[in-house]
Amino acid sequence: MNILDRYHAMEYGPAPEARNEADAWLAARDFGKALFIDGGWKAASGGKTFETSEPSSGKLLAKVSDASAADIDAAVAAATKALPKWSASSGYQRAKVLYAIGRAMQRHQRLFAVLESIDNGKPIRESRDIDVPLAIRHFIHHAGWAQALDKDFPGHKGVGVVGQIIPWNFPLLMLAWKIAPALAAGCTVVLKPAEFTPLTAILFAEICERAGVPKGVVNIVQGGPEAGAAIVNHPGIQKIAFTGSSEVGKIIRKATAGSGKKLSLELGGKSAFIVFEDADLDSAVEGLVDGIWFNQGQVCCAGSRLLVQEGIAEALIAKVKMRMSRLRVGSPLDKNTDIGPLVDPTQLDRVKGLVAEGAKQGAVCWQPDAALPATGYYHLPTLATGVSPANILAQEEVFGPVLATMTFRNTEEAIELANNTRYGLAASVWSENVNLALHVAPQLKAGVVWVNGTNMFDAACGFGGYRESGFGREGGREGMFEYLAANLPLGPVIKPAVVSAQPVEQADGAAIDRTAKLFIGGKQVRPDGNYSLAVATAKGKLAGEVGFGNRKDVRDAVAAARACKGWPEATAYNRSQVLYYLAENLSGRAGEFAARLSELTGATPKAAREEVDQSIERLFLYAGLADKFEGRVHQPPARAVTLALHEPVGVVGIVAPDASPLLGLISLVAPALAMGNTVVAVPSERYPLLATDLYQVIEYSDVPAGAINIVTGRTAELAGVLAKHDDVDGLWVFADAETCAKAEAESIGNLKRVWSGNGRGLDWASDEAAGDAFLRRAVEVKNVWVPYGD
Amino acid sequence: MSSTIREADLGTKVTPLPARAAANTPVPLDHRIARNPGMKLDLGFMESVRSVNRSALERRVASLTKRRSIKADNQAAWLLRAVACMDLTTLNSNDTEERVRRLCAKAINPFRRDIVEGLGIAGETIRPAAVCVYHPFVATAVDAVRGTGIHVAAVSTAFPHGLAPLSTRLQEIEASVRDGADEIDVVIPRGLVFGAKWRELYNEIVSMRAACGDAHLKVILGTGDLATLRNVMLASMVAMMAGADFIKTSTGKESVNATLPVGLAMVRAIRAYFEETGYLIGFKPAGGISTAKASLDWLVLMKEELGRPWLEPELFRFGASSLLTDIERQLEHHLTGHYSANHRHAMA
Repeated sequence: MNILDRYHAMEYGPAPEARNEADAWLAARDFGKALFIDGGWKAASGGKTFETSEPSSGKLLAKVSDASAADIDAAVAAATKALPKWSASSGYQRAKVLYAIGRAMQRHQRLFAVLESIDNGKPIRESRDIDVPLAIRHFIHHAGWAQALDKDFPGHKGVGVVGQIIPWNFPLLMLAWKIAPALAAGCTVVLKPAEFTPLTAILFAEICERAGVPKGVVNIVQGGPEAGAAIVNHPGIQKIAFTGSSEVGKIIRKATAGSGKKLSLELGGKSAFIVFEDADLDSAVEGLVDGIWFNQGQVCCAGSRLLVQEGIAEALIAKVKMRMSRLRVGSPLDKNTDIGPLVDPTQLDRVKGLVAEGAKQGAVCWQPDAALPATGYYHLPTLATGVSPANILAQEEVFGPVLATMTFRNTEEAIELANNTRYGLAASVWSENVNLALHVAPQLKAGVVWVNGTNMFDAACGFGGYRESGFGREGGREGMFEYLAANLPLGPVIKPAVVSAQPVEQADGAAIDRTAKLFIGGKQVRPDGNYSLAVATAKGKLAGEVGFGNRKDVRDAVAAARACKGWPEATAYNRSQVLYYLAENLSGRAGEFAARLSELTGATPKAAREEVDQSIERLFLYAGLADKFEGRVHQPPARAVTLALHEPVGVVGIVAPDASPLLGLISLVAPALAMGNTVVAVPSERYPLLATDLYQVIEYSDVPAGAINIVTGRTAELAGVLAKHDDVDGLWVFADAETCAKAEAESIGNLKRVWSGNGRGLDWASDEAAGDAFLRRAVEVKNVWVPYGD
Repeated sequence: MSSTIREADLGTKVTPLPARAAANTPVPLDHRIARNPGMKLDLGFMESVRSVNRSALERRVASLTKRRSIKADNQAAWLLRAVACMDLTTLNSNDTEERVRRLCAKAINPFRRDIVEGLGIAGETIRPAAVCVYHPFVATAVDAVRGTGIHVAAVSTAFPHGLAPLSTRLQEIEASVRDGADEIDVVIPRGLVFGAKWRELYNEIVSMRAACGDAHLKVILGTGDLATLRNVMLASMVAMMAGADFIKTSTGKESVNATLPVGLAMVRAIRAYFEETGYLIGFKPAGGISTAKASLDWLVLMKEELGRPWLEPELFRFGASSLLTDIERQLEHHLTGHYSANHRHAMA
């Protein structure tokens, strides 16, 4: 083809990115010694390797050391050895190391980009312009956090040795998201990249060698499921950070239950992309290109469900098809490629299977008429219309370039459809009406909401999910907390409840008989089973009887908590006043509660009165903080504000301890209520009468029905029911170790956020057992990106 | 699985236009371009396109220019295309007839002979589609390019501000047409946009179109003055409804020249008008486009947003003066591997 022919054709032609430097790098490495442990390169102890190949050709790239459990032991040992010095080093010292890593990556960024595209198959435009610059930004941003640590996170210290497991879709970027905050917090790291994509992590380890990272601070172990399991189960690791599938996330949650390991999970998604009729439709179409056709759709927060308002659906779909026809499918190393191959044939088969099944279930699947390259695991961009919410393409995470489309009639229905999913990672809202967009964003169950945009990321802004998309945040101030431990004042070890002989002799024979009930939906109700439990005084006499709550009572309580809209939607000022009023009313009956405490626990009148007074003080504290524990405004390097909103977790189950039966209960319930959660409380098994007395106070304190529900009964049993209830969003358990471990293990149904004392109580009377550390548990941070400019 | 693509089907709604003398060897297009007759002012239609999200458009153009890369022989071909779609322009207050003749000579013979031969393009005439001058130089230019097929465009209607009485502005158009200009680049009074006086703006452009007769009407919006992309979109729609053959960004005299976000808003207006009426409207970015690299970005914008038909001089023009020299330097580099210098290429 001569130049005149080209002049007439006006095609782009190939624009290959040179790969000679990357090939030279590959040729010069001994991938049989690819484990970076304690600052050195080691072969796997069993000598095993796994293969990594090139998705665009299927060609073998390298045979990489496959770490065994023994290698993980060695890596954890190295990290443990390096920890004291690293965590004690100054923030400035750590900042210099993070900065050096970021700068060194910058100096080699094209090599990173080309290697990433070769290994993963993502278009070079993406690795070059998005993945690698964002990864660098993460290290340089977190250099600042290292130095600001003491000032910005008082009362916190690095959590210790961290085990990190990352996926193949953004190999280097996920590595950066994991390692940068860990190092800033003074943690040492054992990180396992995905088997499909080991290469850029190896280059990163080489950078660490040169950037002055002390030996053992960063350990990078290549391997498969065996290595991953060894990390998850390793007793020398204090925190696990995982990004990957919800399925594996649940396995990890279960495996770490009761271990005391801190855990953050960034899992799958089925994110809604909502287009209202007043949106800039052409821009929304580009948003879809950046949303579902970014990285071949292998993105956990991909906008894979297009929800479009009926009146513009036809116009928008026509535009989407037109735009899809201009997407270029081809070699990842061609600068003109929009869509590269999927990472692996198994992935391609999975996507094809889901599309076929979706079509069988009634979806109309459309693809542009484009030729696929002769080799490689390519899948054409696919648009599925006529998708019902029950269709597999609307339900399952496809992790491929497949967009499922549904229509809605009005805003309410849009929100309902958007939230009709087990996931809750991200959402996009397209409307030129700021009133509408900011009305919808807070109602979406998603950790990230982009207004008139999609897939915007930054190191300064938190990223992470609601629901089964996991918990914890990465990036920003909120992300730092995942690598820090708060110094909470620990209480004694909690022993399992023993069922003692039932007291018979009444403590006060002269009083009129009182029936303590459960408190559900603002009403006193009898327990479903119609059994009661006797409550003994300190002297072993019968103080009274409480309802023996069972799973159906918990079910009813959760339903009441879920139905209560008045509390989460109330203004913070309003909640504040109600909590003040509750304190006021409790103080009016302080003598009575003190007497009850003395009677049940045997506390001296003075000590009992002190606990009541402290309970009132704590209610006062959270009443005052209700409108003060605010979110932030992040400043990403773009013309946008990112609003890090503090939203209530939702329905929170609280299993309160026996120790300080009034103060302990109130110390947990008050912060949850202050942030707008609705609560199902299981009070102390031994001293439940304090809670049943308390509901009388609640009844005349203007607390909306359902905001707080009290179910008395056996702690272990009720904690288990709450853990297994998939409409409970959070669960705080201060009980014996076995109950805590079970609650964590059984929380996997919906991946509720569990906060357990792991068999220890807190020193509830301490001033340290209150404040931000509690409020932080009571909120989800939602990052709402609002780009602006007119 | 269905897989039909609705690429712009350009032949159905339009009737053929009598061939205009073309500067460049006519390219057999698989479509026929009918002249936009305009339509009645439709405020409802305007309402439907008024949502223009600036930050989203900025992101689109930022990634657009990174998503496409044109290398080697293709790059040379695309740069030749930029020349073929060029209105070689001189609009200076110190212009003289001699200066205009020089410009025309350069338009007629834009490339050094060794470049033409080296590229192997001698078999075809590739040169700017038009020269663009002030009214007093129209006759000179017409004379200078006679018989070459190069069009003569006159800026008109009290360029660059558009603030003379309407009757004066219309007379100016008529005078330029009389002198032989077959393309008239008019400016709009920007105040009509700020005042949302769409009817008045529409009526003015309708009368300008009438004054043009057979000459093609390019409507300059003065986008640097219009403040918002929404104003750019709405003014574009009014201009097309009033019968513009082209819409054009800038006079080159505003403090902000043609930018890609503005261009994106305008080409999307063109697409919306095409989808509504079936008529193809041309686009002319002007002002500040002086590098070969920038010209490629604009060509990519046209191809990606509107498609191949909009890479013909009938539908796309650069308003440029120094761009041609930079393209010549790049073409020489393509042939020799040496970076070139301005003085090695004949000035306009």
